[in-house]
Amino acid sequence: MSDHATAPVTEPVTEPVTDPATSATESARREPLPGAAGSADGGAHDDKPYAGYLLGLADDAMVYAQRLGEWMTNAPQIEEDMALGNVALDLLGQARGLYPYIGSIDGTGRGEDDYAMLRDEREWRNVHLVEQERGDFADEMARLLWFSAYQVELHAGLTDSSDDIVAGVAGKALKEVRYHLDHASLWVVRLGDGTDESHARMQAALERVLPQLAELFDDDEASVLAAGLGVGVLPSTLHDAVVARVARVVEQATLTLPDGSRWRSRGGRSGIHSRPMGSLLAELQHIARSHPGATW
Amino acid sequence: MTAVVVEPAVAEAISRIPDPEVPVISIADLGILRAVDVDEQTHTVAVTITPTYSGCPAMEAIASRIVFEADRRGYAAEVRTQLSPAWTTDWMSDEGRAALLRFGIAPPGPAPVGDVHGPLAVTLSRHVVDCPRCGSADTTEIAHFGSTACKALRRCNACLEPFDAFKAI
Repeated sequence: MSDHATAPVTEPVTEPVTDPATSATESARREPLPGAAGSADGGAHDDKPYAGYLLGLADDAMVYAQRLGEWMTNAPQIEEDMALGNVALDLLGQARGLYPYIGSIDGTGRGEDDYAMLRDEREWRNVHLVEQERGDFADEMARLLWFSAYQVELHAGLTDSSDDIVAGVAGKALKEVRYHLDHASLWVVRLGDGTDESHARMQAALERVLPQLAELFDDDEASVLAAGLGVGVLPSTLHDAVVARVARVVEQATLTLPDGSRWRSRGGRSGIHSRPMGSLLAELQHIARSHPGATW
Repeated sequence: MTAVVVEPAVAEAISRIPDPEVPVISIADLGILRAVDVDEQTHTVAVTITPTYSGCPAMEAIASRIVFEADRRGYAAEVRTQLSPAWTTDWMSDEGRAALLRFGIAPPGPAPVGDVHGPLAVTLSRHVVDCPRCGSADTTEIAHFGSTACKALRRCNACLEPFDAFKAI
């Protein structure tokens, strides 16, 4: 992320541009981001009380981008370093599309770097699935398969959002996450329908990821509110379609979809995270926090 | 837009700005330049661009270049980034496709349609992409992602050369 003043602002609009005089945000004149305008007009927008829901979406993308980025230099082949780096970049872009907007509707006027670099663990709203340590490469492919199947259904639903900015970010993201799902699917099939060793490790990975899945489909307070306003999608309504997508891949991979887990994660959407989240944030935020106010 | 006079020099200069990561193609031919509106009275130019991918790191470089090209001609540029409608490779011009091919990058085929709600078929190497060097259709994908977000890596089974292919989205 770069200096606020020179970063082009992501602001979805529909063509044609109707009123550039009032809606354009530009880099040449170094005007503040829309987020800053949010604080100037006196606090949260009561007509848009769904910042908490959008924060969950943005934080999922941001945290998973950070985790996936760790695979660069660690993946089994250099092409996969690039692939997971590219997936991470797409997710980072999706988060950046939402943070300034969240800042404009939650009344704080925060910009993207404030959200990414200056929040403590309890303020993050991502699910536990995306913060887990890398583990085996098969673990990552199991997580990517589930998370991108979830994101495909989520963004397909959000393209009909009553909020144009949310719909715009989702329409863009949908094309990307379908490609991510494709990528994860190819790997799961390749590993599952591969050697005895790769099959066993892919099956074990599917079982290890299981406890972190239910949280994706929990209807927490923020998502119920957003769905009620036609802005968001109720997570529980995505469950069956996501499972169907994953089941089809797992079957083709000659693997077995495990069912039922003796425990499940919860709390991510209200800021309660698992152990790996602390070190993830330390690595993500260290430079920005060591040099307060620095721009780059 | 009303009361806007399109002034060729500055608009033309902006449309010819090369993509920073694939410099053989201009931002106009790539389809990411969505609107250029020159206002002669205020000497401003409003430019709308759209990213190829959400996280495309070239957007900031492109925005700076637009400001630079406008400034050297005496205009203040307003650059806005627009996400919707989402960019598709179908917006790439024929000139742009020819330029990619000459450079050794396979241009994108038609963007896939549909399958928003149904499950994806899982098949390896299902896309048919012609080799930009020898023209053979016998090519294989060797990596799902290439050197930039918008490309994948393939190899020609006829001439055995590896090449970049623009992903159709």
